[in-house]
Amino acid sequence: MTIPEIFNILQEKFPEAELVLEENNPDPIIRAKCEAIADISLLLRDDPDFSFDSLMCLSGVETVEEFQTVYHLYSMLHNHKVTLRAGGTKEEELIVPTVSHIWPTADWHERESFDLFGIKYTDHPDPRRILLPDDWVGYPLRKDYEPQKTWHKIPLTAIDYKEEDNGDES
Amino acid sequence: MRQLEVLEGKMGLIEGRFEPNIIVTSTDAIFNWARSRSIWPLTFGLACCAIEMMATNASRFDLDRFGIFPRPTPRQSDCLLISGTVTAKMGERLVTLYEQMSEPRYVISMGSCANSGGPYCDHGYHVIKGVDQILPVDVYIPGCPPRPEALIDGFLKLRDLIMKETIAKPSA
Repeated sequence: MTIPEIFNILQEKFPEAELVLEENNPDPIIRAKCEAIADISLLLRDDPDFSFDSLMCLSGVETVEEFQTVYHLYSMLHNHKVTLRAGGTKEEELIVPTVSHIWPTADWHERESFDLFGIKYTDHPDPRRILLPDDWVGYPLRKDYEPQKTWHKIPLTAIDYKEEDNGDES
Repeated sequence: MRQLEVLEGKMGLIEGRFEPNIIVTSTDAIFNWARSRSIWPLTFGLACCAIEMMATNASRFDLDRFGIFPRPTPRQSDCLLISGTVTAKMGERLVTLYEQMSEPRYVISMGSCANSGGPYCDHGYHVIKGVDQILPVDVYIPGCPPRPEALIDGFLKLRDLIMKETIAKPSA
């Protein structure tokens, strides 16, 4: 099944999901409203015509205008692929429903995209950071991230040896 | 049994049993000799430097010929070999491991990441830029990662360092 065919069927079933087919990519991407992602995902997995049984990747993305979550789906049965995208402007938090109950792979991927981009996933079973310590401040892969100078009294900046040398000479 | 029969009637068990081959030396010399010839580093691989550390420990480079033998616990180790990138999260655990080691203890910083942050120096928000900011380092080994020969040279430098120790004023 090709991506425009999948898109047409989805548009019939989810008229309120604000579905858009982004055709400026080599493989078109289906863009959906954040709130509809979990329902669309469940249909894509369970419908025998789709049977997308594998979530290949779940990524957080920051573009100039917005934060996004991108889902790459693959069906081992039919050997077809589709990409879903959900996004929101930078002014407000991006809140996306979790798909970890549909594909358990998504559990850690969602935690990682929360850890590094600050994208929130509602109904996630374990919504903690996955790589960084729990008390870390900020989301490091955001463009406006300011690194911490210290963490638990451990210095995270380099020593400026030039300044120290000048001090000794004078 | 025959030996015991021979010894019967003598003053002590050791008396007359050995040739006159006792060596008299200073405590420093014998302690430093023993310590420098059996450096037991903690098995602590952090990044790609750990691959070189494993290669050095294995048969081709054979660190065991210097008496260097990796230990699985800090309580049995004399040397903390920091082989790789130290993140903030790992830095905290590294200090705990160092504090669990018994004295005298030595620290070898292996590779650019541990020495100065290396490729993460400018943009690594979570990397400690030089492990000497949290631990007292005795030997630095440059390289990314250092070759096994460089690691062996680092251990030999540490050996020279240990030979200069004195129990009157311990430095480690």
